[in-house]
Amino acid sequence: MINLKINGKEIQAESGKTVLQVAKEHDIHIPTLCYHKDLNPTGNCRMCIVEVKGGRFLQAACVTPVWEGMEIETSSEKVMKDRKLTLELMLANHPVDCLICDVSGECELQDLAYEYQAKVPDWGAKGTRYPVDSDPNPFIRVDMNKCILCRRCELACAEIQGRDVWGVAKRGFEEVIVAGAGVPLLEARCESCGQCVAYCPTGALSNKMNYGMGRAHQVKKVTTTCSYCGVGCQFDLLVKNNKVIGVSSNPDAPVNGMALCVKGRYGYDFIHHPDRLTKPKVRRYLLEGKKKSDIRNSIVDSQKSKVELSNFGSPWDWVETEWDKALDIIADKLTDTRTNFGADTMGFLTSAKCLNEENYLMNKLARQVIGTNNIDHCARL
Amino acid sequence: MDDVANEAKAFFIIGSNTTEQHPVFGTMLRRAVRYRSAKLVVADPRKIDITEIATLHLRHRPGTDISLLNGLMYIILEKGWQDQSFIDERTENFDEFKATVMQYPPDKVSETTNIPVEQLYEAAEIIASSKPTAVLWAMGITQHIVGVRNVMDLANLQMLLGNMGKPGGGVNPLRGQNNVQGACDMGGLPNVYTAYQPVTSEEAREKFAKAWGLRTKDELGRMKDEEFSLSPSSFILSDKVGLTVTEMIPGILDGKIKSLYIIGEDPVMSDPDTNHIRKCLSSVDFLVLQEIFPSETAAYADVLLPGSSFAEKTGTFTNTERRVQIVRQAIEPLGDSKPDWWILSQLAKKLLARISDRVRKDAPHAGWEYSNTSEIMSEINALTPSYGGITHARLEAGERLQWPCPTADHPGTPILHTKQFTRGKGKFMPIDHVPPAERPDDEYPMVMSTGRVLYHWHGGQMTRRAEGIMQVYGEALVELNPDDAEKLGVNGRNILRITSRRGSIEAQAWVTDRVPPGMVYANFHFPEASANELTHASLDPVSKIPSYKVTAVRVELV
Repeated sequence: MINLKINGKEIQAESGKTVLQVAKEHDIHIPTLCYHKDLNPTGNCRMCIVEVKGGRFLQAACVTPVWEGMEIETSSEKVMKDRKLTLELMLANHPVDCLICDVSGECELQDLAYEYQAKVPDWGAKGTRYPVDSDPNPFIRVDMNKCILCRRCELACAEIQGRDVWGVAKRGFEEVIVAGAGVPLLEARCESCGQCVAYCPTGALSNKMNYGMGRAHQVKKVTTTCSYCGVGCQFDLLVKNNKVIGVSSNPDAPVNGMALCVKGRYGYDFIHHPDRLTKPKVRRYLLEGKKKSDIRNSIVDSQKSKVELSNFGSPWDWVETEWDKALDIIADKLTDTRTNFGADTMGFLTSAKCLNEENYLMNKLARQVIGTNNIDHCARL
Repeated sequence: MDDVANEAKAFFIIGSNTTEQHPVFGTMLRRAVRYRSAKLVVADPRKIDITEIATLHLRHRPGTDISLLNGLMYIILEKGWQDQSFIDERTENFDEFKATVMQYPPDKVSETTNIPVEQLYEAAEIIASSKPTAVLWAMGITQHIVGVRNVMDLANLQMLLGNMGKPGGGVNPLRGQNNVQGACDMGGLPNVYTAYQPVTSEEAREKFAKAWGLRTKDELGRMKDEEFSLSPSSFILSDKVGLTVTEMIPGILDGKIKSLYIIGEDPVMSDPDTNHIRKCLSSVDFLVLQEIFPSETAAYADVLLPGSSFAEKTGTFTNTERRVQIVRQAIEPLGDSKPDWWILSQLAKKLLARISDRVRKDAPHAGWEYSNTSEIMSEINALTPSYGGITHARLEAGERLQWPCPTADHPGTPILHTKQFTRGKGKFMPIDHVPPAERPDDEYPMVMSTGRVLYHWHGGQMTRRAEGIMQVYGEALVELNPDDAEKLGVNGRNILRITSRRGSIEAQAWVTDRVPPGMVYANFHFPEASANELTHASLDPVSKIPSYKVTAVRVELV
């Protein structure tokens, strides 16, 4: 353990830790922008600068290790002035369109500008330097005008996804984040996982599928578990007006943290797809009290036909019914089958897409109510 | 999964395309290899994505896994790399097993598998010298006629190396569907009730009979003849192991199955030999399909019930590492659709009213009056030892629970078999190589393997309805090696016709060295070109899993 002072307060800290880590442990706030706890610190945004006694320059807290006898000021006048200037330099080069920006309300640059009351300087660059929505990737919206070169995207892709799609091109004022050698994301072997979007502190990388559909304060976040593979990632569903409009990473997810794959993050729009079944349907012959064996020809005809034959009067047409009616028909048919042929002529396929509780009920239905062990699901397929 | 990703010194992946099928776990493995220098051996006929970062890629012939594994174990024994104290203390049947393995010297294995002898030695050394090595597999191991033997042989390997029951070691099957683990745990199998309590066990049947209000054997003996309105079997739980999905559907044709009730499953897309499946489903007397979409199977259904998606209900899923996690309702069910648990409970009540004297209403869990899934979970807690302490309340309070978790104060169990195996000592099983059921011949000279791709999910009902995903991967592609492409005159994305003994599909070629010469790889995400039109229903004799990974086919340029 070593001894140091932060803002005059005597503190003991483990050697090897950074100023930022030690300050955080003692609830001393130091603003950050390029730093993220999941990623290796790079010290390039200069927001976390602090004054170290005896130092020639202000030091970036995220990359400066603590040492014995160190004396640190985290919010001296010099520090505050410098941070504000840093923000103004970023804003000088950033479109001021917070009014219509999708990430307004969860933008870290916006929050810091507000905290430091930093405005766009009069001498700032005019106009945009890069095309807006410049990449054809269907999920990731790229607007490099809003990029502050923090490189979290580059690190998230390398350190979380292990893919190295993003990199930095050019120098000085021309410096810019590019995919591969300046090619579209998918050509740079992007897997569309959206990790870069999740870690981007501004609107430079945002989600294309729900652009303009709702901002942070307008959506309800519901933490849930993904319904695709067996890894069991958790995330937040973004809900507005009883509609799922997006998915966002939940940093507390036990298995995956912020990481998700393309299906989990961007494969959600099936939920509201117009094909969704919303009414019970039964074949017309069941309502007319006919036997399936007598209408075989109609079945063959309609299966051959590509056209939906509804309302043409075929006994194999779908007819929408109320729940009670549909369930009565099923209960009658299943009871008949059970009585006439025995419970073991009935098969039940439960679903690896459904809840544990639902699978339990299917097992109870087959075994308790019907009396057969003919129950299985797709584990074998 | 985090113990495997963080503590394994090496990974041996066989039959798992981890970065495409379990993408987030795949990235954990990438990180382990890149940032903490874990070694990685991948055995796969295809040059799958993760082979890019592998220390060694063994490209064995499809269907020669046992030969490969026995060959590796031969080398381990030859070099004396086995963990003899683990073998002596925690296992049995070692000598018999060793005698079998000794039939697999490297030069013979090299001939069967097409892997150079020196690669076999290199692989054995990495796997044996890294302590622990984690073995990971998925359907590439199980979807063979020798699926169960493959799995047993992997267990042999890990017992031989003493890697069982250790953080970062073990045998780690990656489960496919989000809740395939839970569906198995909840008794969605023909041979077991919840938590794998066998239907053939008198004790288990008695327990469930008492809970669910059926007669136990003793009670049945005491019943008077006049009490039997139906046959005595109508009052008890069946002791006969039921049919698997791969037996039920073909069972329609020989009259064994008259009615089918399917929830959220699409046999037309996901079962082998689609033509045969269609024929079976056309012949069933009564088919109920409870789904969120009119799937390809809906064409054969008599009744279609609108279930709801994961966003519309609250409950739990269990992931591949037995972690039970909460699923929360985010929106109201669409239109007149209902949560699947509601539908089942309504139907059960209607059925019990018709099958009136089967169930005694006074039994503790006889009824079907559930107002939410938390109440259903309480019933599961009471009847399922490994889920005894897993309640919605604990999960909502942020507890992270992996079963077994038998009581309300139990913290759950991240790693199994740390002190002993379920049966006590681990038993080495002598396993011999058996060639695949269908091998290439003059008429069908190539091997087709099937599986999924990163962007799509299984039969594609969900992902084919996701707009962005369809922009990136909008139609079925069949992987074809450049050598074969040249022979067939394929140049670029030409249309191929692929024919097996059962059917034919046409799909675009993706000319790539991901597949070796003589092999094509196809998926079953798109109904217009589903690989399952071609696959065959030869099953593993124990698990009844179809051998999707090896089908003999003929490939032509259209």
